[in-house]
Amino acid sequence: MTTFDPYAPSRDTTEGTVYSVTGGDWDSLVQEIGSTKEERVVVNMGPQHPSTHGVLRLVLELEGETVTEARAGIGYLHTGIEKNMEYRSWTQGTTFVTRMDYLAPLFNETAYCLAIEKLLGITNDVPERASVIRVMMMELNRISSHMVALGTGALELGAISPMFFAFREREIVLDIFEMISGLRMNMAYVRPGGVQQDLPEGAIPKIRDAVKLMRKNFKDNTTLLVGNSIWMKRTQGIGYLDLAGCTTLGITGPVLRSTGLPWDLRKMQPYSGYENYNFDVITADTCDVYGRFLIRMNELEQSLRIVEQALDKLEKLEGAPVMVADKKIAWPAQLALGGDGLGNSLNHIREIMGTSMESLIHHFKLVTEGFHVPAGQVYAAIESPRGELGAHVVSDGGTKPYRMHFREPSFNNLQATSAMSEGGMIADIIGAVASIDPVMGGVDR
Amino acid sequence: MFGARGTGDTSGYGGLAPTAASTGSSERPYGSYFDDVADDLERAYPLFSQAIERVVVDRGELTLHVKREKLVEVCLILRDSLKFEMCMGVSGVHYPADAGRELHAVYPLLSLTNNRRIRLEVSVPDSDAHIPTLVEVWAGNNWHERETFDMFGIIFDGHPGLTRILMPDDWQGHPQRKDYALGGIPVEYKGATTPPPNERRAYK
Repeated sequence: MTTFDPYAPSRDTTEGTVYSVTGGDWDSLVQEIGSTKEERVVVNMGPQHPSTHGVLRLVLELEGETVTEARAGIGYLHTGIEKNMEYRSWTQGTTFVTRMDYLAPLFNETAYCLAIEKLLGITNDVPERASVIRVMMMELNRISSHMVALGTGALELGAISPMFFAFREREIVLDIFEMISGLRMNMAYVRPGGVQQDLPEGAIPKIRDAVKLMRKNFKDNTTLLVGNSIWMKRTQGIGYLDLAGCTTLGITGPVLRSTGLPWDLRKMQPYSGYENYNFDVITADTCDVYGRFLIRMNELEQSLRIVEQALDKLEKLEGAPVMVADKKIAWPAQLALGGDGLGNSLNHIREIMGTSMESLIHHFKLVTEGFHVPAGQVYAAIESPRGELGAHVVSDGGTKPYRMHFREPSFNNLQATSAMSEGGMIADIIGAVASIDPVMGGVDR
Repeated sequence: MFGARGTGDTSGYGGLAPTAASTGSSERPYGSYFDDVADDLERAYPLFSQAIERVVVDRGELTLHVKREKLVEVCLILRDSLKFEMCMGVSGVHYPADAGRELHAVYPLLSLTNNRRIRLEVSVPDSDAHIPTLVEVWAGNNWHERETFDMFGIIFDGHPGLTRILMPDDWQGHPQRKDYALGGIPVEYKGATTPPPNERRAYK
């Protein structure tokens, strides 16, 4: 039996008196705190709080409504993905990484696969069609991710309609993902050496229609928020972080670009053929929440431009392979659409079960054991919707990663919470955190 | 490892035998902009040959292996003279077979001015797992160092608040070390407990 009563109004600890608020007792709390001389109040916001963007815990020290100290507490969604990957083959790893930053699964997969390809030395052997599909999927993913950032960010500041519009657009993108990979989230679609399967029939015209529809629909949120005086009062000059602050804190992505520096890895250190697309790097020079909001809004159009160019390229590359030619790396199973849905190709089953013992052994070895990756370490970085997503991969020459580490932009950027919100009002913390756009699945991994 | 006998393979694949880190080093010319980086660093930092144990160029990436005593000095030069404004964090690697250098800390650096990347690597013995903190050089390394401490037990001397960040505060052990098995934390459910993975597998 414990004598501790969680609903006790207050108790003394070595840190001072701690008051518990459980709902409906705000008046008695204010009365009790009012009787002490202490002005300082420490408030625990989260980890279960609708405005903290997931299971983020903010420990706030307040003087009245002014935040004097803000500390972020994380780790509530730690799932040990990096450790787990050391016990799975390189190909199986894609199903883990896709679950880290669950709003940008294709970026996680691509960073991981680019790192493996670099270790294998097959970066230039990845077929062009696979790279174009990756780029198209990533840019569609950027739209869906930015839509959540904008929608939930606006919702957390009290604007409900933008959320409806944003999620309507996100549905369009998720439907495309479902059509191409079979899954709306966590697709494990990008695989070492290429992508899991080619686009289904009729995909390109459907995506073209979706691009047209989204371009029209984006105007709804633009007219709602851009120049909206309430929105601007809640976001302008809030969450200020300048270039010096960004570099020392290692901040990348829209937060860095809101300082006016056009740093985008797609332009600066192109990967997957990004140098072959025409698009602009969007910047703002306000260093605040409104600037980051405008950057995300305008990046939507740039992503649509890239998707359109990718579709043009895909039409020219019709029928080209989507996986490396090296059969010692490429996934052996061939998928085909049968009467009962997508499954293993009957021709492939016929070959491995009926005609070729060697094919069966090859299939079995590659699927159960996986391919060997030469020993060494690489760091592959891509521009995710939240900034630089880096994959540090160490191989010992085996069929599993020796060590996997993801440099998650959410994890790193969340450190800016203190710099952005200390000295400001408690209500502005919400806007500052929303402008960082942390995804706790990525932060905690 | 994991209570396995014979080949150490309980899983069906191989690769459970511990491996040591590579100790090779590259000769000049390194290629790409790596010679420039090395030249600039040598010019700006006279103690280059004492501080840098070896230089490795592999798969188009430059790794400087730095002695931990000189790490902060080298990083200040890299930041201020060579314009590596950003450190993209720190990642630990555990090589139990590498006697005297079991724990490695890997720092990817990025230069916005010159659009360049290099990597620093520091290795320390398990028995004396101390590395000076880089929070004073790049404030953003704060959480990354806490994570590496949490997962590998590397102590970053001088860190303003080196506590666990992802695991619970009262957690025992450092989960991403190779001698820390995956799973095996007893979980009780309706009287039954989940055995550790080496007892779960029956390939004996």
